[in-house]
Amino acid sequence: MTDVTRATAAELGRLIGSGEVSAEEVTRAHLDRIAEVDDRVHAFLHVDAEGAIAAARAVDAARARGEQLGPLAGVPIAIKDVIATKGVPTTCASKILEGWRPPYDATIMERIHAAGMVMLGKTNMDEFAMGSSTEYSAYGVTRNPWDLDRIPGGSGGGSAAAVAAYEAPLAIGTDTGGSIRQPGAVTGTVGSKPTYGGTSRYGLVAFSSSLDTPGPVSRNVLDAALLHEVIGGHDPRDSTSIPAPVPPVVEAARRGATGDLTGVRLGLVREFTGEGAEPGVAAAVRDAIDALVKLGAEVVEVSCPHFEYALPAYYLIAPSEASSNLARFDSVRYGLRVGDDGQRSLEEVMSLTREAGFGPEVKRRIILGTYALSAGYYDAYYGQAQKVRTLITNDFKAAFEQVDVLVAPTTPFVAFPFGARTSDPYQMYLADLYTIPSNLYGGPAISVPAGLSGGMPVGLQIMAPTMADDRMYRVAAACETAIPTLTPPTLSGSNA
Amino acid sequence: MAAISREEVAHLAHLARLAVNDAELDTFAGQLDVILQAVARVGEVTAADIPPTSHSVPLTNVLREDVVTPGLTRDEALSGAPDVAEDRFRVPRILDEEA
Repeated sequence: MTDVTRATAAELGRLIGSGEVSAEEVTRAHLDRIAEVDDRVHAFLHVDAEGAIAAARAVDAARARGEQLGPLAGVPIAIKDVIATKGVPTTCASKILEGWRPPYDATIMERIHAAGMVMLGKTNMDEFAMGSSTEYSAYGVTRNPWDLDRIPGGSGGGSAAAVAAYEAPLAIGTDTGGSIRQPGAVTGTVGSKPTYGGTSRYGLVAFSSSLDTPGPVSRNVLDAALLHEVIGGHDPRDSTSIPAPVPPVVEAARRGATGDLTGVRLGLVREFTGEGAEPGVAAAVRDAIDALVKLGAEVVEVSCPHFEYALPAYYLIAPSEASSNLARFDSVRYGLRVGDDGQRSLEEVMSLTREAGFGPEVKRRIILGTYALSAGYYDAYYGQAQKVRTLITNDFKAAFEQVDVLVAPTTPFVAFPFGARTSDPYQMYLADLYTIPSNLYGGPAISVPAGLSGGMPVGLQIMAPTMADDRMYRVAAACETAIPTLTPPTLSGSNA
Repeated sequence: MAAISREEVAHLAHLARLAVNDAELDTFAGQLDVILQAVARVGEVTAADIPPTSHSVPLTNVLREDVVTPGLTRDEALSGAPDVAEDRFRVPRILDEEA
């Protein structure tokens, strides 16, 4: 193996397990790659080289003692900076948490460590995961490895860019309205949102608790499934964690890789086939679906009449929950404190701290959520949005009586140039048009590369019923066999 | 008609403990108006008899066993605090008058 940074996570796990390459060599190769390219990409907010090498050596030592290693032992991983990592800075890309080192690990981190995986560092994101471009990070933008003048998607732009730029074979993202899938689509990588409740939220800094879902970011479907299996499953510390085993996602990815979809019914969502998507995106997605048909799948058009209300409902529900969740940043227990001169009251210090510590999108959403939850507006906004959520869930259930999975574009447009959508926040929100329904319903959804439009990657989204994550992995893995592999990105700009 | 006024935004910011400045108020009022007009579309759905969904997981009253488990030590709990006094979180005064 000449360049281990180009290998899949599955291959790396196999090579490390058989002793053909050491975990330390693999980790050092990725740290070297980060040193080489991350000044251009800026996927990472913090690189923990020392911790990574120590973790890798521990895996090599375990192997030397004759211990049986798991399939991802020694494989490096990048972690979105919204996940609590014990002793390692966790900022949510916000000034309000600058320098905070959590005193505990998130459940998914405990599982990642237990699997022998090696954390390289923490990745950039939109502040508190609010955004679709990573431009709302308080620590500077992440650049798309396909074109350094364009956004890498968001909120998990750092995790997607790290994987696309071969800085890490795997990463963790979190998906509240599309923050794993949309960055996956626009960077030519795989982004998987598990069933809500299928992966623990304990130690995930809360944005919208009824929607937040951690999940895998990778360059291929099998790697995503392997990571899903590591992080998934019931966690008693998360009261919305589903008490059931992880669906057989790895087996499903391997089955899909045989390229046979005979008997699988794909539902084409009529409401998502009209205007909305750029012509190049619509064409690439159409080609991808045609390729799945050649593998034996059958396409059925289905109607989900309430999907058009998903975006408005989401931008009431998520800001409402955020306005409540972000009240915890009160300058008392952790993070920033501003203006404490011995004279000012707690309330004044709190207001000055939150003003100084939060960026514009976070403030907008807190104010919007405070409005939607106010007496007099609650029924018309938040209450009505919750009813829309029921109708969207009913649309999914009716569709899944006719088909096995739904297919649609992941996002309406390819990566756009920096600054194109920051002046009009609602234009930014439209990036989530196709991803939000699955969040409101709770079902799993994955984005896989579906070719290029104008030289930039397009994502095909596959949505499945709740706890049928295996079904989406099967179709996604089959898709990989049918769609030509993308040439690696060049890490150069176009002055887009 | 605007869905939200500059004064309302100022009031909401105060409720949310955000000491926003005048320039921000001007920007946010316009932007929030656009957003609110767009999200108000949820009102087009007639859903008088539709139950609300707050959550996709049908679980209720999830409780742990009433047994003691290890938690953070005091030092760990205080490790991220901006100000600590006598092993406690120190806060600015909370009353108007000096005690």
